[in-house]
Amino acid sequence: MRAYGRRALDWGLNAFAGLVLVYLLVPIAIVILFSFNDTKSRFNFEWQGFTLKHWEDPAGPPGLLDSMQTSLEIGLLSMLAATVLGTLMALALVRYTFRGRGATNFFIFLPLATPEVVLGASLLSLFLTIGVTTGFNTILIAHIMFNVSFVVVTVRARLIGFDRSLEEAAQDLGATGLQTFRLVTLPLIAPGVAAAALLAFALSVDDFVITNFNAGDAVTFPVYIWGAARVSIPPQVNVMATIIFVVTLAFMLLTVWQQRRAERQATQAQA
Amino acid sequence: MLQRHKGFLPWLLLGPGLIWLALFFLIPLYYMGRVSLLEGSDLEGYEFTWNFQTYVDALEAYKTQFGRSLLYAGAATVIAFLIGYPLAYVIALRGGRWRNALLLLVILPFFTTYLVRTLAWQTILDDESVVVDVLKTLGLVADDGRVLATTGAVIAGITYNFLPFMILPLYAALERLDKRMLEAAYDLYATRRQVFLRVTLPMSMPGVVAGVLLTFIPAAGDFVNAELLGSPQQAMIGNVIQSRYLEVTDYPTAAALSFMLMGLILVMITIWARIAGTESLMGAEAK
Repeated sequence: MRAYGRRALDWGLNAFAGLVLVYLLVPIAIVILFSFNDTKSRFNFEWQGFTLKHWEDPAGPPGLLDSMQTSLEIGLLSMLAATVLGTLMALALVRYTFRGRGATNFFIFLPLATPEVVLGASLLSLFLTIGVTTGFNTILIAHIMFNVSFVVVTVRARLIGFDRSLEEAAQDLGATGLQTFRLVTLPLIAPGVAAAALLAFALSVDDFVITNFNAGDAVTFPVYIWGAARVSIPPQVNVMATIIFVVTLAFMLLTVWQQRRAERQATQAQA
Repeated sequence: MLQRHKGFLPWLLLGPGLIWLALFFLIPLYYMGRVSLLEGSDLEGYEFTWNFQTYVDALEAYKTQFGRSLLYAGAATVIAFLIGYPLAYVIALRGGRWRNALLLLVILPFFTTYLVRTLAWQTILDDESVVVDVLKTLGLVADDGRVLATTGAVIAGITYNFLPFMILPLYAALERLDKRMLEAAYDLYATRRQVFLRVTLPMSMPGVVAGVLLTFIPAAGDFVNAELLGSPQQAMIGNVIQSRYLEVTDYPTAAALSFMLMGLILVMITIWARIAGTESLMGAEAK
């Protein structure tokens, strides 16, 4: 009887967890499905039948492709800047203890703990007061700012298991500081850095709230959607979202696979 | 592993990033404070007068939206915990070799654009949708009732959008949990309920603390869900801030409201930090 009850509880728990996963995934399925919806009016809420017409004409709605391009440019630039700044910071925080380390950790954590409206509104306050016109550059500045903290947190998490004796070995063998960094440190931390860069890119392309405050006349993909949502969302938005989804997923799987391979090689080399 | 460092090397590495954060995170907060104390209007021009009255007026005018934000964010956080904990538990303790794959499914929503996945909820909860039909058949929604543009829809949307932020730290805490402790408890004839309440749950507290914060903070400042899934009757403080700033250009009020929102959240973080310690708050750093 007891064992039976326990089995039922186990089964129930697993089933519940499965349902939560379904809840997480259903909207994604809807996004993808409705990119194939044969819309009869300008609204894309009801399923009308299957079509490929939106996929054949992804750039149909005026402005959509330009907004994607702006998003990708800002995404790449903010990714590069934030990854460099954030990785250096993570290295300092994991490898050294120094006076002010705890305070620095807290300071880096603060932007993550601040609601996005506040980050957006305060940056706009700065730009308004000092008379900077908002646009592409101010979006870029904002994205680098919030991405730095995310990169630090991600790289730091990966650096914690870092084996310092490898660096020491390189230096014992006569490598200079720079050589050690380039030939030993960088390859070792590369998977963590790649993951952080991917995250930064994804967050940048996805960001709406902070961008909305500092966009001026510039239109990113989310800003375009927000504008379109007041009238009607063209199904091509679903096409773009599906492409972003598939590409991000592919990159993610690629970094995971590469990391696995590197780990396997490392264990084989040890054996 | 750690070097005690007295030199300037750590600061050299930290410098560029810290300067960026200071310039575009810290200093903007100062300017927002300044804007909140201005007097005047967009047409007549502004003057800095330490006008604290704005705070009083803004709080008085928008206390409903403030309360709503706390209520919706609180409800979403509680629901996210209740549905997130079982999933995190199953993945961490029973996931086996599927753990990473299941974890990937949890973060999959992040790969679609935030606005697009919120709009997907518009489709799901649309008056003509299958889901609403089922809810009507079950009698959970009145026959002439709607789901879209209600409080329930906004809270469901917020819960959905921030659920992974709850699950990930819970998972991290549960995964780190020493399984031998659970075995020891069973060996000592603890029942499942006792093991859960007195071993598993207390030991996963750092994850609970982090998850609650990571869910509540963005939820309290959100305006996208209320805008896309609600009606003006569901307007949150984020909606007010965004429209005061970008549509009405009533900068002092918007800035004052942002500050009060941030203050409220900082107070919460400080309390949580006291309970949990800053390290476990920031993703638990291995010593």
